[in-house]
Amino acid sequence: MDALISQLLNGSAQGALLLLAALGLSLTFGQMGVINMAHGEFLMLGAFTAYLVQQVIAASDLSIPVALPVAFVVAGLFGLLLEVTIIRWMYRRPLDTLLVTVGVSLILQQAALQIFPSQGVPVEKPSWLDGQLNVLGYEWPLRQLFTIVLASVCVAALSAWLKYTSFGRRIRATVHNRDLAETTGISTRTIDRLTFFVGSGLAGVAGVAASLIGGTNSQMGAQYIIPAFLVVAAGGIGQLKGTIIAAWAVGVALSCFAYWTTGSLAQVLAFILVIVFLQVRPQGLFTVRTRSLA
Amino acid sequence: MTKLKPLPSLRGIAALSGIAMFAVLLLAVAPAVLSDHWLNNLGKYCCWAIAAVGIGLAWGRGGMLVMGQGVFFALGAYAMAMHLTLETAGDRVPGFMVLYDPLAPLPAFWEPFRSAGFTLAAIVVLPVVAAGILGYALFKRRVKGAYFAILTQALAVALATLISSTIRETGGDTGLSDFKFFFGFVLNDPANKVMVYLIAAALLIVCLLAVWQFYRSRFGELLVATRDAEERVRFLGYDPANIKLVAFVVSALMASIGGAMFVPIVGIITPAEIGAAASILMIAGVAFGGRASLFGPALGAMAVGWGQSSLGSTWPDGWTYILGLLFVVVILFLPSGLSSLPARFAAIRRRPAEQPTPPITAAELEEVRA
Repeated sequence: MDALISQLLNGSAQGALLLLAALGLSLTFGQMGVINMAHGEFLMLGAFTAYLVQQVIAASDLSIPVALPVAFVVAGLFGLLLEVTIIRWMYRRPLDTLLVTVGVSLILQQAALQIFPSQGVPVEKPSWLDGQLNVLGYEWPLRQLFTIVLASVCVAALSAWLKYTSFGRRIRATVHNRDLAETTGISTRTIDRLTFFVGSGLAGVAGVAASLIGGTNSQMGAQYIIPAFLVVAAGGIGQLKGTIIAAWAVGVALSCFAYWTTGSLAQVLAFILVIVFLQVRPQGLFTVRTRSLA
Repeated sequence: MTKLKPLPSLRGIAALSGIAMFAVLLLAVAPAVLSDHWLNNLGKYCCWAIAAVGIGLAWGRGGMLVMGQGVFFALGAYAMAMHLTLETAGDRVPGFMVLYDPLAPLPAFWEPFRSAGFTLAAIVVLPVVAAGILGYALFKRRVKGAYFAILTQALAVALATLISSTIRETGGDTGLSDFKFFFGFVLNDPANKVMVYLIAAALLIVCLLAVWQFYRSRFGELLVATRDAEERVRFLGYDPANIKLVAFVVSALMASIGGAMFVPIVGIITPAEIGAAASILMIAGVAFGGRASLFGPALGAMAVGWGQSSLGSTWPDGWTYILGLLFVVVILFLPSGLSSLPARFAAIRRRPAEQPTPPITAAELEEVRA
């Protein structure tokens, strides 16, 4: 029982981190059909931003809340830059976009390796995350709870933004039918840029959360991109609820497998689980109904 | 867009004589001219090129972006490495296994690899079965595009992680190395090294001939049709899944052969050679050389292989930037790779007054058919 609760809680935190990483990816992939393989590196940018903010604001109690919006903007601007310089030329070639962003991610990784110490940098945890919360006899670290709260806030903010603002409506219209949206006067180019900014910015926020849990180094982005994409694929494109459920399921599965076997074997098993799941439901948990053939 | 193309027979002769020239260069000129060290390196590039020829078939002609060829490369490489390890160890248990537990028994799945015949069969059968099952499952469910790419990449990551974590059974991150014999031949002997190189080079030529035959057959036409308009092929009464499956299985087989020859030539196989980064490196060469052309993938892979092993060791920081830029620049501006340059220049010369090159469509990749 104790083990079950601890794995469930650990897994939920892990799932929340995956959700944060997958949220932006799901947004950009859902809208533009573009896989941004540099998304993991935007996450890394967020983590390094948290470190840099801590160099300016020494008090870690304050620096992490400050780092969150800063990381959002920094990663978002990088995403915008990527969209404006490269991706916008390639909307007709989604597979090639995937490869171009692989190149971008290699460059960003190498740049991070040379700018920052190769063994990574330490990000101080704020003191208000030091404690534990007693859940049915299990001492749950507060920083795991923080990840979950952060992920919930991001999901709530994103879905409210998509649902109630005019920008959100335009984004949803573009996801559902790009041509029709364009015909009704929506500037899909502007919408694409905005989506890319927000999606990449969310990766930055995820990076801050990741820096509090694991190490901050040039390789961290590469760890997240594949699981994050699998979460998006399993959840279904352009569906927030699918992404949420899939992230939580993968997180708990990872945590349980790691408890029964080893950490690396858990990753293998979780990957295989997702691949098998995609056999059963190739379109993911939830799908947007369209009349297109593909 | 209909274009006048030279007669197929002429094109076939040109391609065949190209392969013949390539064969003379690799099999006769290179061993005579190059030092042992460079011949060994060339052998390594040949192994990557064999895998690249397969990627060209699956990705360039079939439109399946195979980002996890490391998996099949690993099947061939580890099958070969296990056999060579056992051959070196003789009757005893391989050294790295007794390192952790002096009484460790040989894992059961190692036992059949004592037999040379079984190993050679495994190098061929394992990737065919694995790719067959995987491809059948994915293509029948119409998994394609980015999904397919990421799933294959995920498999490469998973396999590399699995091998890293099973240090007692597979040698983990240190991999398998220190092979003394290659099917009875002493590997240290320079003459035998040349022989191993020649086998790899000859296999590369065989693979080139195989895809040349594929491309000019009806199957090749169907494969390209599936890439460009899968639904239309389906409506015409063919099953695109089967067409893609054949291309995928053949490309997996080639990756496995490349991996198997990689082991005696390089002398070590580790998870780093088969993981996500290695799989992406294989793609890089194919994109660089020209994914849909006959020679592009092989030559591109050799160029990238040369960069990886020379620049990659002397100037690793710069090499990563070059590799990254290579992806960005080649795919952005030259999606059909270097091999499309002659055709492009010719096109510009033929119609100088017209507008510059129109945006590349998938069909235009075909322009550079060998």
